[in-house]
Amino acid sequence: MSAPTNAPSTRADVCAAAIADAFSEDGEIFASPMGLLPTVGVRLAKLTSNPDLVISDGESVFLGGVPPLGGTDVVEGWIPFRKVFDVIAYGRRHVMMGATQVDRHGNQNISAIGPFAQPRRQLLGSRGAPGNTVGHRTSYWVPRHSDRVFVERVDVVSGVGPRRAREAGPAAARFNDIHRVVSNLGVFDLGGADDTMRLVSVHPGVAVDDVVAATGFSLEIPADVPTTREPSYEELVLIREVIDPKGLRFKEVPHDQHRD
Amino acid sequence: MSRKPRDKQMTIDEVVASLENGMTIGIGGWGPRRKPMALVRALYNSDLTDLTIVSWGGADVGLLARAGKIRRLVYAFVSLDTVPLEPNFQRARQAAAIPEVVELDEGMFQTGLRAAAQRLPFLPMRAGLGSDVLVNNPWIRTVTSPYDEGHGHEELVAVPALRLDAALVHLNRADQHGNASYLGPDPYFDDLFAMAADRTYVSVEQVVDTAGLTVDTPVQRLLLSRMMVTGVVETPHGAHFTTCTPDYERDERFQRAYAAAASGSDEDWQAFHDRFLAGDEASYQAAVQAFTEESRKESAR
Repeated sequence: MSAPTNAPSTRADVCAAAIADAFSEDGEIFASPMGLLPTVGVRLAKLTSNPDLVISDGESVFLGGVPPLGGTDVVEGWIPFRKVFDVIAYGRRHVMMGATQVDRHGNQNISAIGPFAQPRRQLLGSRGAPGNTVGHRTSYWVPRHSDRVFVERVDVVSGVGPRRAREAGPAAARFNDIHRVVSNLGVFDLGGADDTMRLVSVHPGVAVDDVVAATGFSLEIPADVPTTREPSYEELVLIREVIDPKGLRFKEVPHDQHRD
Repeated sequence: MSRKPRDKQMTIDEVVASLENGMTIGIGGWGPRRKPMALVRALYNSDLTDLTIVSWGGADVGLLARAGKIRRLVYAFVSLDTVPLEPNFQRARQAAAIPEVVELDEGMFQTGLRAAAQRLPFLPMRAGLGSDVLVNNPWIRTVTSPYDEGHGHEELVAVPALRLDAALVHLNRADQHGNASYLGPDPYFDDLFAMAADRTYVSVEQVVDTAGLTVDTPVQRLLLSRMMVTGVVETPHGAHFTTCTPDYERDERFQRAYAAAASGSDEDWQAFHDRFLAGDEASYQAAVQAFTEESRKESAR
C-alpha cells in the first residue's frame, strides 16, 4: 500500500516529480510515457504544471481526465497506433522511453546486446526510437542506474543522440531533442561539452560519487550539483491518493531506495 | 449466373496450399494483438520454407522462427507485451538462426507498406537517420530533397517499399466477398498490408451477410474492401492467444504457458508442440479449451 500522505517522500515520489518536471514546459503536446513511473510523472505534470498535456491510455484513446494507473476516464480522442506515427512526424509529442543502454552521447539501445548479427541478448527491436529521436522531444527513464545501462558506447543505436544526429545532417538534427534522462539516482541532460551527458541533480540521499560509481562513462559534473527537488505536499497527495493509490511505482523503484 | 460478387470463402488448408516457398508474407495485427494466428499455426505446420516474413511481431514471428520457416525477417519489434521479450524470437536471434534480419523503425515499417500500397519504390522520411537501422541495413539509401524549404536540400531516408506476395490478417467480421470490419479499438495496419500485397487472405471470427456488416456498427469500421481481398476464412478464436477485442482479449494464462515452453528446454517445447500445435486448428482449439478448464479447476481449488 501507499505511504500515508504525511510520510516523507520516497525515492519513487522524487522520481515521479522529476519526470513531471521534464514535461512541465511542453505545452499542448502528446505526452507518451513508456513504463510505470513515466506514466505517474506525466499524469502528475498534467495535474500540476501542465494541464494542457494530451495523454492517452497507452492503447488507442486520448483521455480527457487523469485516471489512476489502470483506470479509465472520459475519452477526448482516438490515437490508434497508425495515428501515433502521424503525430511523430507532426512533432507535437514528447516521449519518455526506457533504455537498456545509454551512452555518453545520449544514444540509446533497446534493440540487442552484443553484435547485431548474433546478439548475446536479443531485446525488443528498435521500436519507434529512431523516428522519435529525429522527430520530436525524447527523454529516457532508467529505474536501475548501473554501469551496465550507462555505457561508453551502446551496442546498437536505436535512439539517436545529438552528435549522431548532427553528423547525419540537418534533416536528422532539426528536430532531435534529447531532453532529460531520469534515473533512480538523478537527473541528467545532454548539456555537457560536445552535447554529452551532464548531471543535472542528484536525488535526496544520493551522493555525486554514487552516481559516478554507477556510470560507465565519464559524466560531466558541474561544480555545484543541486539536489533533485522533493515533491510538494500537493504533489504527494496526487501521487499517493489520486494517480497511484496502490503503490505500483514501488515495483519499479522499491521502498528501500529511500532517502535515509 | 449470380449477380453477386464472387464467394471467396476458403479453408485454412486452401490458403496455405496457395502459398509457395520463398514468398514474402506480411502478417497483420500488432505484437500480441489481433494476429491471424490460425493461419500462422497452419504455416508453422506446413512444408513451406525460405519465407520472408514482414511483421510488427508477436508470437507469429516466434512460432515461425521456431519452426525454421524464416529466411528473412522484416520487423521493428517482436514482443508479447505482458511478456516483453518473445522467447522463440530471442532464441532464434541468439543462435543466428534467421539468416537475414531487417530491423526497421516502426514508422519506417509503416512508410514501407505505404510505398508498396501506393506502388512507389520508396517514400521519404526522417526516421532512421543517424541510427543503426541504416548501419545494419546498408542497402537502405537516402535521397536528397529537390526542394529547399529554408533548411537546405534535406537528405532523407528513402524507405524502400515493402512489397508482399501475400498478406495474412485477422478481423472480426467479413462477408463472403471479402469486405471486412474490425470491431476493436484499433485498425492496426491491416488495410495497408492488404494494399501492399498481391493477395490478401483475411480470417475472421464470423462471416456474415453484407447487410450484417453495418447493421449494428458504423460503416467506418469496414477496413477492407473486397477489391483488396483474395480469400476469406471463418476461424472463430482464430486470433487466439492474441487479442481480438471485443470478441475476446488476450489469453494471458495461455501466453504465459507458451512463453514458458518457448524459453524452456527442447523437451518443454516439444511437449507444448505435441499438446497444442501438432494437429489442425480444430484440435488446437480443443486443446486450448481443455487447458482453460484445467486452469479454472486449479484456481478454484
